[in-house]
Amino acid sequence: MNNTIATRLIFEQSQPGRRSVSWPAAPLADVSLQDMLPASSLAASPPPLPEVGEPDVVRHFVNLSTQNMSVDSHFYPLGSCTMKYNPKRHERWAKLPGIIDVHPSQRDEDLQGLLGILYELQEMLAEIAGLPCVSLQPAAGAQGELTALLVAKAYFRSRGEERTAVLFPANAHGTNPASAAAAGLTCRQLAGGPDGLLDLEELQRAVNAQTAVFMITNPSTLGLFEPRIAEAARIVHAAGGLVYIDGANMNAIMGITRPGDFGGDMMHYNVHKTFTGPHGAGGPGAGPIAVRDFLGPFLPGPVVVREEQNGEIVYRRHTPASSIGRVRTFFGNVGILLRGYFYLRTLGARGVRDAAEQAVLNANYLKSSLADVLPARYGRYCLHEFVASAQQILQQRGLSAMDIAKRLLDHGFHAPTVYFPLVVPEALMIEPTETESLATLDAFVDALRKIILEEDPAVVKSAPQTTPVCRPDEVRAARQPMMCWTCPPAESIVK
Amino acid sequence: MNYLLQTPEQQQTMLQKIGVPSIETLLEQIPAELRLDRPLELPPALGELELDGELRQAAARTVGASSRVCFLGGGAYEHFIPAAVDELSGRGEFYTAYTPYQAEASQGTLQAFYEFQTLICQLTGMEVANASLYEGGTAVTEAAFMAMRVTGRTGPVIIPGGVHPQYQTVCRTYLESQDLSVVQTSLREGVTDLAALRSAITPATSCVVIQQPNALGMVEDIDAIREVVHASGALLVVVCDPISLGILKRPGDQGADIVVAEGQSLGIPLQFGGPYLGLLACRNDYVRKMPGRLIGKTQDRNGKSCYVLNLQTREQHIRRDKATSNICTNQGLMALRATIYLSLLGPHGLAELAELCCRRAHYLAQELARRTDVKVLSPKGFFKEFVIRHPQGGEFLKQKARAAGFDIGPTLEEFGDLPGVDPALRKEGVLVAVTECRTPEDLDGLVNALSN
Repeated sequence: MNNTIATRLIFEQSQPGRRSVSWPAAPLADVSLQDMLPASSLAASPPPLPEVGEPDVVRHFVNLSTQNMSVDSHFYPLGSCTMKYNPKRHERWAKLPGIIDVHPSQRDEDLQGLLGILYELQEMLAEIAGLPCVSLQPAAGAQGELTALLVAKAYFRSRGEERTAVLFPANAHGTNPASAAAAGLTCRQLAGGPDGLLDLEELQRAVNAQTAVFMITNPSTLGLFEPRIAEAARIVHAAGGLVYIDGANMNAIMGITRPGDFGGDMMHYNVHKTFTGPHGAGGPGAGPIAVRDFLGPFLPGPVVVREEQNGEIVYRRHTPASSIGRVRTFFGNVGILLRGYFYLRTLGARGVRDAAEQAVLNANYLKSSLADVLPARYGRYCLHEFVASAQQILQQRGLSAMDIAKRLLDHGFHAPTVYFPLVVPEALMIEPTETESLATLDAFVDALRKIILEEDPAVVKSAPQTTPVCRPDEVRAARQPMMCWTCPPAESIVK
Repeated sequence: MNYLLQTPEQQQTMLQKIGVPSIETLLEQIPAELRLDRPLELPPALGELELDGELRQAAARTVGASSRVCFLGGGAYEHFIPAAVDELSGRGEFYTAYTPYQAEASQGTLQAFYEFQTLICQLTGMEVANASLYEGGTAVTEAAFMAMRVTGRTGPVIIPGGVHPQYQTVCRTYLESQDLSVVQTSLREGVTDLAALRSAITPATSCVVIQQPNALGMVEDIDAIREVVHASGALLVVVCDPISLGILKRPGDQGADIVVAEGQSLGIPLQFGGPYLGLLACRNDYVRKMPGRLIGKTQDRNGKSCYVLNLQTREQHIRRDKATSNICTNQGLMALRATIYLSLLGPHGLAELAELCCRRAHYLAQELARRTDVKVLSPKGFFKEFVIRHPQGGEFLKQKARAAGFDIGPTLEEFGDLPGVDPALRKEGVLVAVTECRTPEDLDGLVNALSN
């Protein structure tokens, strides 16, 4: 069924003279462009883009789309990514006139409906976080982290303190240290305890007058809630530092416990994870942050405020008093933020909590169903995800986490996250989310068992066999980088 | 409604299999004293029909570009979006997929982004482009950091006043947090003052950022600027308007070292400021200093051509605090929209579009100058956006247009800090942007609105 003609590169389908668009006639036909623009700025010919017709383009991208696995088409238990169902109604609402066609330079008075929605979203995110001040500006989780670290820096500076160190556990997302570095802060990694949880004595030894922020993902990337998180926060606070909660795993705890209630001073959400984004093949996301009231004046602008004017409710954009400035040109990734708003309005308080509980139940069901073949070393029960280890399988049958992951594709399942976090050897990080059926979960367990017990391990090692390609050579890609169709292999940049 | 599939009976089956009496047991790790002892205070849940009604009401209380005539510019533009862009990017196989880490299950995404990178290279005249950044202002910032890595220089980044004021603000937010700085140089008669630029550059300057056309809509003399910049060993970063490249010389052909842009014009709706699309392209020599994801072509086990995420050792998930950027989630779906858009337009569609915008803008400027008491800052030398002024102020013009159903702006006062723009112009000036969406009737309508 593969249409290999249509999936040739769009450039290889180019036919000079073919086209897809036509435009109306332009005015001033008797005036030369050179009388409008400096001759030296004008190009002799247009950029060498491909020349294809609309039917070419449609068939090309439709066929390309069929070479993807997606939440719409497959179970996608990618740990740490919360690949839950993305409701179709959100797509319709995001395209309403009055939402999709709003220019960022329009006046607040013309935007009361939209600003009201964004204000309400700020309030809902504050309530779920237990942290009262929200900025919707950051475009993604990583930008949320960086923004919050800049807020913390500005806060310390306002107090005449120069704190420069960020602490985080070994199983942190890579964005945590990368964001700390981007904020001009130094990084210190904590090893943690043998149970996969924080070692409070280690934390106590690590904090000092230089400690700016302790960044922690809770629930952690091992799918565990840190039971001593409040005590950890007290240690950091006693040293004068702030606690940042990486909210990537909020799907497990929303409505059950709140970052602000367990000691967090700042956090980010991943709207594209927890609140059905969607992921868009890598983005866009939205990474709003919530902070304590004493950090609110430092938030990037604008935030939406609600005021009463002559007995009428009015919403307007406002830049906080001691704002760190702008972190992006215009107001946030509104299109994604709105999908989060639609989701929360659809679920309500009970629905949000039920979703979290079902996510936990589904994850534990998989964890317990696989315990004999793919044990998860840490934790009796998990929250929304767990990290199984294929180390035993590797030793006994020579099958690595990667082999298992690739073979799952042949069974019609997307693979879990593999080899992360690094603290688990041969890691398979499995997050089913709440929107999968029992039948799907059972089928996934059956597939994994079949793979692990496959009579001939070579079948697994040669997987996947049903996908368009099999185990691309990444080393070759890096040694001879070809990142542009016209680019020849660039030997000169081989390290 | 929360999209759950398990019935209460199935939940019981699952709990039994796990061997726990209730979900509560599974939550035992969360100490009781840290639990929320009340329901969240959220608005009540609504079904699709009810919420649909409420959202349509809220949307109706917001006046979008489709119910007024939009001449607004300042970095975001109402361009026409062909239906195929929405239809194709709206396929769930694209928009509900994750980052293409698992290459075999993501060849559709990977090939599309490889094509995106190629199209951006073709558009800008550069050798390698990444698979997207957040938006224009952060793309400028990433380019500044990248220039420091390439040159090893950490002196002030030089940004003439012709660069979008908010790009400058964003850049300052990030650079100043690291005790790095931005030096602004002034404009002279609407374009970069070469003498001021020359005297600002020092041996520690990593880069100069130039916007083409600049924030006032004027076309800069890139060749002259490049000579000044390169003489100092600094890099030339050019911020371009992708649509303008249908008729203007490509930055790569003019010696730019790094090209960045706001890609919103390439088939992405206005949606109040985001999600948009940050573009970044450069010379091959700098590829390992680039921020963001890159897609590379390679072969699979059977020798078949295919695509993978490439040079990931630059990125945060591998290099952590030594990464070239902290970016992880990017603007993938917006990059896909741009890919489809540029494929549909092709070289001639883009050239004709650029010319149409330019000619309509010049027609409007001429008519305004001829038929109203509005002054046009410069009769020529602009692409699709220009400044008009009036002694009674930019705000006066804006209100006058608004009363007749036309939105122009932002005023120069709203726009931000524009060094080298004299105080009188700052007070009197307002931007007018003209895209292909503005019909001859719209253009004449605005002239009429401002003429009486």
